[in-house]
Amino acid sequence: MPNISIENLNIKFGAVTVLDGLNLAIADREFMVLLGPSGCGKSTLLNTVAGLIDANDGRILIDGTDVITLEPKDRGLAMVFQSYALYPQMSVRGNLGFGLKVAGLPKAEIEKRVSDAADLLQIRPLLDRKPGALSGGQRQRVAIGRALVRQTKIFLFDEPLSNLDAQLRAELRLEIKRLHQRLKTTVIYVTHDQIEALTLADRIAVMKDRIIQQLGTPEEIYERPANRFVASFVGSPAMTFLPATLVSSDGRISAKIGEVDVPLENYPFKAPPQDGMQVELGIRPEQSSLGEGPYLAKVEMVEPMGADTLVWSKLGDCSLSTRVGADTKIIPGETVPLGFVTDKISLFSKDTGLRL
Amino acid sequence: MSSLTTSPKRRSDLTIGRIGLYAFLISAALFFLLPLFVMLLTSVKPMEEIRNGNLLAFPNVFTLQPWVKAWTQACTGLKCEGIQVGFWNSWFILIPSVILSIAAGALNGYALSFWKIRGAEILFAILMLGAFVPYQVYIFPLVQITSKLGLFNTLPGIVVVHTIFGLPVMTLLFRNFYVSVPRDLFSAARVDGCGFLRIFWSVMLPMSTPIIVVAAILQTTGIWNDFILGLVFAGRENWPMTVQLNNVINSTQGEREYNVQMAATILTALVPMLVYFLSGRYFVRGIAAGAVKG
Repeated sequence: MPNISIENLNIKFGAVTVLDGLNLAIADREFMVLLGPSGCGKSTLLNTVAGLIDANDGRILIDGTDVITLEPKDRGLAMVFQSYALYPQMSVRGNLGFGLKVAGLPKAEIEKRVSDAADLLQIRPLLDRKPGALSGGQRQRVAIGRALVRQTKIFLFDEPLSNLDAQLRAELRLEIKRLHQRLKTTVIYVTHDQIEALTLADRIAVMKDRIIQQLGTPEEIYERPANRFVASFVGSPAMTFLPATLVSSDGRISAKIGEVDVPLENYPFKAPPQDGMQVELGIRPEQSSLGEGPYLAKVEMVEPMGADTLVWSKLGDCSLSTRVGADTKIIPGETVPLGFVTDKISLFSKDTGLRL
Repeated sequence: MSSLTTSPKRRSDLTIGRIGLYAFLISAALFFLLPLFVMLLTSVKPMEEIRNGNLLAFPNVFTLQPWVKAWTQACTGLKCEGIQVGFWNSWFILIPSVILSIAAGALNGYALSFWKIRGAEILFAILMLGAFVPYQVYIFPLVQITSKLGLFNTLPGIVVVHTIFGLPVMTLLFRNFYVSVPRDLFSAARVDGCGFLRIFWSVMLPMSTPIIVVAAILQTTGIWNDFILGLVFAGRENWPMTVQLNNVINSTQGEREYNVQMAATILTALVPMLVYFLSGRYFVRGIAAGAVKG
């Protein structure tokens, strides 16, 4: 069973360094999501694993074998592209079977695999159509099918859902998750959509500026972001940040936000904090509460989101958002008590942006 | 709701500018069509009428005899077998040359757009240089090369020469076409296990129909109309129609048979003209194709 190990990978395009000494180990059957904004190197990394981009230095081990010199087809993987990349002149059947035909499989075997994949993805009625006559969602199903029929142990997805509208995206996301649970293949999945990352991944590697900022399970990434970038990139509605000063007296630590003093007794500090340190409190909408608490906030705006409601309020000079139940009656302009779930919130150093 | 639907402004039918435009277009068309018209008229008149009458007069006696003579009996030097010999020679040169130059240009364009070849940019620049240097410059060296290879004065020789001279423009045409093909498609084919030629043959060529049509039109008209290369490299036995036409016109003894010459000329021009009429849309696209993307 394939595990993938990327060691000291260097990639340069001319004078531009795209990846620099990158290391990443992916376990067998793991669903690994590479998450990051565009230009962070995640697609380059995926294409290098696929063998479509040559690395300048470093190793990529699949099952312990260095594949860096191998052609894509010899690496035992299948890939799904953002632009679907279906062969426009071939029917859906032709698209699905093409790789197998190239590999020289017997006709009956090709027919069977194509047929199985078509059933699995519910695209049987489309088999004789050309890609031009399909909708975006159907095309991406075919593209996934084309990867399925190869029956490889590794699947690579390069932003497969980015060209689809929101509803289809949610639908296919579920489908991909179902497929992974059923086929138990190793997956590397590149996306800039944090919802996709959180819902699909066993582990997420959050990337920015060619570097993996944090590698962890979706829970770890969401609950304990390693730095301010990860905290702001993951989570929707986004985390709000409140600038504060750490005050430590008699072993009692608190954060001063303007006039407001937030005690941090039960915050799990990694290292003992220094007095007077400039920090930022990262608070997710569900890590504060309205209606009870020691502080007073002035409600600015109310955003009903169906299942719940997002309330924007001002604490001193700082805005923050709080998630409340949909049936909570709050009117903009009123002043309400506010509290923090201080063992859940995040604290970042103002200087380094790192989690404290 | 009615306030939202404003009636489109009606365009006045005939303004002075429009009349001027049509006048210009019609006179331009006449200017270019008149010679063809005169040729057609002359080719169906007997010689007496040509000698006496004026150029634009319709024939009193309509005859197809000059056409028959041009096709079967006109003298091209010592032989008097008509222009038909050249007609078939031109086809023998045209068909392999068009196929080979398109195949080579497509393969070149594909390689230059998708495979990161070391020095690809320089190679392409050098190749493009070939498109801009007047080809008379190459004739002498090419004569030497083809004669060394034993290809001088042979049908394969002229085909090779046409293929070489077609290469820069064909490569440019196909490269510009393939540059606009999404790279993911190429990547998908590689993951699917295809190599260099398989991607070209199974993925790229099937989607190249529009550009192949354009290339075929350009090459067909270009090679058919060629005179100098055919004259120099094809050899007496394989001289194309253009060379034979020139011989018909230059090798008359006694009276100049204008009607036969006109008929022969029209016959020679017929193939490119047909190509043009049948594919005008693609023809224009072909001229534009080189210019748009680079």
